[in-house]
Amino acid sequence: MQTATSSHTISVLVDNEPGILARVVGLFSGRGYNIESLTVAETDAKANLSRITIVTTGTPMVIEQIKAQLDRLVPVHTVRDLTVEGPHIERELALVKVKGTGDKRVEALRLADVFRAKVIDAKMDSFVFEVTGNSDKVETFIGLMETLGLVDVGRTGIVAMSRGGEAL
Amino acid sequence: MKPEESATTGADLLVKALIDEEVEVVFGYPGGAVLPIYDSLFKQNRLRHILVRHEQAAVHAAEGYARSTGKVGVVLVTSGPGATNAVTGLTDALMDSVPIVCLTGQVPTHLIGNDAFQEADTTGITRPCTKHNYLVKAVEDLARTVHEAFYVARSGRPGPVVIDLPKDVLMNKHDYVAPKKPVQHKSYRPQVKPDPKKVEQAIELIAGAKRPIFYAGGGIVNAGPKASKLLTQFVRLTGYPITNTLMGLGTFPASDKQFLGMLGMHGTYEANLAMYHCDVMINIGARFDDRITGKLAEFSPKSKKIHVDIDPSSINKNVRVDLPIVGDAGLVLEEFVRLWKAKQPRTDQKALKAWWAEIDKWRARNCLAYKQDKETIKPQYALERLYHHIKDKDHFITTEVGQHQMWAAQFLKFEQPNRWMTSGGLGTMGYGFPAAMGVQIAHPDSLVIDVAGEASIMMNIQELSTVAQYRLPVKIFILNNQYMGMVRQWQELLHGGRYSESYMESLPDFVKLAEAFGAVGMRVHEPAKLDETIKQMIAIKKPVIVDVLVDKAENCFPMIPSGAAHYDMLLGPDDHAAKPVSEEGMVLV
Repeated sequence: MQTATSSHTISVLVDNEPGILARVVGLFSGRGYNIESLTVAETDAKANLSRITIVTTGTPMVIEQIKAQLDRLVPVHTVRDLTVEGPHIERELALVKVKGTGDKRVEALRLADVFRAKVIDAKMDSFVFEVTGNSDKVETFIGLMETLGLVDVGRTGIVAMSRGGEAL
Repeated sequence: MKPEESATTGADLLVKALIDEEVEVVFGYPGGAVLPIYDSLFKQNRLRHILVRHEQAAVHAAEGYARSTGKVGVVLVTSGPGATNAVTGLTDALMDSVPIVCLTGQVPTHLIGNDAFQEADTTGITRPCTKHNYLVKAVEDLARTVHEAFYVARSGRPGPVVIDLPKDVLMNKHDYVAPKKPVQHKSYRPQVKPDPKKVEQAIELIAGAKRPIFYAGGGIVNAGPKASKLLTQFVRLTGYPITNTLMGLGTFPASDKQFLGMLGMHGTYEANLAMYHCDVMINIGARFDDRITGKLAEFSPKSKKIHVDIDPSSINKNVRVDLPIVGDAGLVLEEFVRLWKAKQPRTDQKALKAWWAEIDKWRARNCLAYKQDKETIKPQYALERLYHHIKDKDHFITTEVGQHQMWAAQFLKFEQPNRWMTSGGLGTMGYGFPAAMGVQIAHPDSLVIDVAGEASIMMNIQELSTVAQYRLPVKIFILNNQYMGMVRQWQELLHGGRYSESYMESLPDFVKLAEAFGAVGMRVHEPAKLDETIKQMIAIKKPVIVDVLVDKAENCFPMIPSGAAHYDMLLGPDDHAAKPVSEEGMVLV
């Protein structure tokens, strides 16, 4: 029996209809699978399609089950495991609010520059940064801000896509 | 003519759509939200409505109808409690892959979410217990949704589909949309044709087997009667042994020498040991359920496993297999037969002879043996006698859930598919009687018998009123041991004989109960009078309850205790002291 778990990023193309997210989330909770991150939004208004990106962990047998169970849902068009299907890119966006004055404020701004985070709101004693990148980069940036007056974080979770010219 | 006069109400559209889907019978119960549908039903005579006495029974009746005919069963219930009462039936149909379309009423769209009278979040509640569900928000979508629901219910691995219908949608008007044939669903297109390369590999593996076994399940029933014929043909071509799951009984003739009986927790010694010792296992349309596998780590450790299933999510779910084939069991078997005939493979006769010799040794243990005396009727004896009297008649069997169900699976022999209706996956007490009504509606002239326990039958006993109303000559054959027998058996084996709440106090007088509903009641407790009672029951063309008072202490054997391996079977009452159930096994159901 294989017991080692690994993280997989799964892309799912679904009909954009009421209840579809509940179906997917219900499947995960009902069968005891993990969701580490989940993003969903309409991606093709004409064809009425949404794309769901799920990061999950499990043994190879569980990951195989998750994909088969997702594929079995009636409004699901395509299920792709980006982690096993070759090179892919993952990105996340975070909004990070930092409150402080003096040196700390200057340092926060300097680090934001290093991480290519944008200032999207500024007050005399606060910034909101927008940072994008892989989860590792986003987490590192948030970690650094903790000592500089971090007050609030919002993260989108991962969106991902395979490299090269092929569509989902 | 004004346009609104030419258009039809949602309720009329619905009835028209059902007729176009070749529906003949609807099992239902009216209520406020579905009144427009009942009005439409009143004005037509193509659809027959069967009024049940509880919505759960409507779904079970539709299941019995569906399983005995291969058609989609249709249910009609009202909003709120109508829908929630149907949930057990829907879950049962999901677990056993029975095609059902269940129409539920809903409060009008502008009241949804307002906690209106008899409002329930039906699509929310039924999402995990249906194959798919729909909330129809506009009358324009109604006919198309109904057609799609039938397609989803019957395609691929069949299952229940709910259509939630707000009352205003039923009263608004629109033009009818006829079903498109063939259906091209935009996302749901299950794979039915197998990969030819894998079929070839399977034939090679099967041909080279030294200790093979076929393990065939309910998927073959769902693939239609032809699939059972092909299975029988293929198994006979190979000369290999075969075992059936509970759901698969009847897909291979039980009287055939190659048949080892049912496998699993209460399966035969020979079937389970053959599963354990085999070198090639050919699973067709079964899903390695925990009642079958026992202890997973010791499940058939030496075999190469072929798994044919229409549902890719069944493959490698519990047991890792060597050769998965996704496809319809009938189409796969057709390919198996064709290739086998074309290749005429030479099987290892010497090894097979040794394998059969070993199987015959296991068979000689006679694991289903019991001791009938002159005083009390043994439940096994009652079923053997029942089978003796019905075997040459056109008959259908349903069961409730518990000891009587397992004994029925062991002692009644099934020669054909679609003749055996039982709640396998969910194990729903109260399934058998309403299911028998559904079977009887589909087969009015056949003998339909619900083998019941006195506890299970109480769970949907109100349906006596339905069988009275429609004069359905269903026979209820109660093996009455005054206990929830399977609960009592587990308490005896696992909980030191502390029979907590498993004794059935205050049972009704079943004879008088039958009479109160215009049925015939009979009681028998002497072994010598059993045959005569069964003969009478069969002869009466009315609903009959037979209360067979059986041995209260009899346990169902063989038994693989939960958490144990196939070779760890308890063969009889004297067997259990030596093998206490492991702690690991205790937590299992």
